[in-house]
Amino acid sequence: MNTDIYSESPVVHEPAFIDGHSVEIPILKILKQDGSIYKNAAMPNIDQELATKTYKTLAFHRVLDERMVAAQRQGRISFYMAALGEEAASVGGAAGLKDQDMIMAQYREQGALMFRGFSLENFMNQMFSNEKDLGKGRQMPIHYGSRELNYMTISSPLGTQIPQAAGYAYGQKMQGLDAVTICYFGEGAASEGDFHAGLNMAAVHQAPVIFFCRNNGYAISTPSEEQYVGNGIASRGVGYGMKTIRIDGNDILAVIAAVQLSREYAIKEGKPVLIEAMSYRLGAHSTSDDPSGYRTREEEAKWQEHDPILRMKNWMLAQGWWDEAQETALFEKLRDEVLAAVKVAEKIAKPPVEDLITDVYDQVPPLLQSQFDELKVHIKKYPQAYPFTAGRIK
Amino acid sequence: MAQMNLLQAINSALDTVMAENDRAVCFGEDVGHFGGVFRATSGLQEKYGKSRCFNTPLVEQGVIGFANGLAAQGSTAIAEIQFADYIFPAFDQIVNESAKFRYRSGNEFNVGKLTIRTPYGGGIAGGLYHSQSPEAYFAHTPGLKVVVPRNPYQAKGLLLASIRDDNPVIFFEPKRLYRASVGEVPAEDYELPLGKAEVVQKGSDITLLAWGAQVEIVEKAAALAAADGISCEIIDLRTILPWDIETVANSVTKTGRFVVSQEAPLTAGFASEIAATIQQECFLHLEAPIARVCGMDTPYPLALEKEYAADHLKIYEAIKNSMTY
Repeated sequence: MNTDIYSESPVVHEPAFIDGHSVEIPILKILKQDGSIYKNAAMPNIDQELATKTYKTLAFHRVLDERMVAAQRQGRISFYMAALGEEAASVGGAAGLKDQDMIMAQYREQGALMFRGFSLENFMNQMFSNEKDLGKGRQMPIHYGSRELNYMTISSPLGTQIPQAAGYAYGQKMQGLDAVTICYFGEGAASEGDFHAGLNMAAVHQAPVIFFCRNNGYAISTPSEEQYVGNGIASRGVGYGMKTIRIDGNDILAVIAAVQLSREYAIKEGKPVLIEAMSYRLGAHSTSDDPSGYRTREEEAKWQEHDPILRMKNWMLAQGWWDEAQETALFEKLRDEVLAAVKVAEKIAKPPVEDLITDVYDQVPPLLQSQFDELKVHIKKYPQAYPFTAGRIK
Repeated sequence: MAQMNLLQAINSALDTVMAENDRAVCFGEDVGHFGGVFRATSGLQEKYGKSRCFNTPLVEQGVIGFANGLAAQGSTAIAEIQFADYIFPAFDQIVNESAKFRYRSGNEFNVGKLTIRTPYGGGIAGGLYHSQSPEAYFAHTPGLKVVVPRNPYQAKGLLLASIRDDNPVIFFEPKRLYRASVGEVPAEDYELPLGKAEVVQKGSDITLLAWGAQVEIVEKAAALAAADGISCEIIDLRTILPWDIETVANSVTKTGRFVVSQEAPLTAGFASEIAATIQQECFLHLEAPIARVCGMDTPYPLALEKEYAADHLKIYEAIKNSMTY
């Protein structure tokens, strides 16, 4: 039993409470909105190549989100979740990692998947639930996943990935791999039991996880001040005995720096880290949400001034790594590509009816097979009611 | 062949897996040096080290969440939930995560290497929270396999098959029999098939079906009926999900009478699912209504445990009622 914590504590003989906000947590900022660097700021390990790839990913992210929100409004897809204003958290996270690191996201981290090279076609096929979707048309739009790119398939229940990340990283460490797991979640999901379970499991079992909290101020309509009263999410990392850092989540260089250092630490010490990235969800929670019911235009306008993509662009311009002509050409090209990809993906057929019963188990059990056989007979009897599959039944 | 009790048989299965597969990991509350509150993991930490057999913090959703991640990573994750009564904090991780991992990802990822071991069942003066049989909750979840052994030989063979099966399995261990059930168990490696029921006694007049600790109760009832000249065919279902309809339906087609018994409460228990299916499969062969002999629709009692339980006498009565219908 480890009783040191008690023997080392100073002893008092009058009740002395510790204030809930007594732990002061600084916030890391490297890049100013005008593209200049704070004096004496410690830069991440980033060269022109990584910077350009990161910036192009941010641009792709912004364009895809804009176009797909519009596509949802036009009724072409059922649902979408944009990450407007907080793209730096996911893109910067992936930029600070290695390709062999597992990414276990919540749902608003498509930027990390873009950075890894998930193709526009793959994004589209998932959103249109067509037969080329890697997920076989089983999940709502934006629930991406890719074994090849080490991006765990998204699950809607909030926070379930947090203890899973502890287990995944424990396995990586047991195998002696040069790999960590990054686990994204929001400040709202940090209220779930799985958050506390996962952080404690990772800390106790010394799993190399980078827990990355995107504190974007809102859980759907609930503002963070109605989510918790402690000192953000970072203070909880301290409680779990975990190395913790708070950063400006709209500062791409701060994100990359924090993730690079966390990765190094997680591998070297074999222990988890908590990053709390302060940001703001400029868009709606999802296309099913309307923020005008719970917050003001003034509040949103204030945060528009902290746009992480514009901030990085300003830095790129100052570095001489980017110019306005490139900017215009890139956004034009991306918009054209996304529009064209939408038109292709929406014409691809729905998954075959066989995909209804595969992957429930490794093999189809007899009872499920007989249910399926009955279904085929039924579809053949009423083909007009099942137009996507009736013509393709063997 | 060695005589083992059910705990020793489970320990032997875990030992077998951990020896052959250095990515097999056992963990749960008090599972490490102490060997679990029932001692199912005794000696494993000493043999395979702290990184492969360890205590977890007291957080069931954390244990199963961790296990899901570990299995998704490719390790063989063998998690213990100390009592099945305490599995519910992990319900979301099991029902929404373990069960759907493969399907929702289009088989990009799976947790086929996950096995959850947990002691279940009553008859040990455990009251509400050390006696439940929650198999039906999980049987309602496509993607899971649910397995229940009845004795030490079955326990080792079914647990080895469960751990090696490429699907998440919940393995319910009948804790009343942990030490009470003793039998011959091979020291070597063997597997018993999942999804396959076993006819444990041939008979011609009536079919009796149960699983886990309830098989022994049914056998006792069958012995009483045999004294009355009634020949009972007894089937141990062994796997609840996916269950072996064929073996049960063939038997009922032959006997024309069917009693199914479970420890859990009657309403919406797995016995009800079986009754509905067998009614459909064997309708023209049935000589009497299918009878379910189950726990009552109350929380599991303490002082009145005997009255509550689906004991051999209640099953014996159901057999006679069926025979004289």
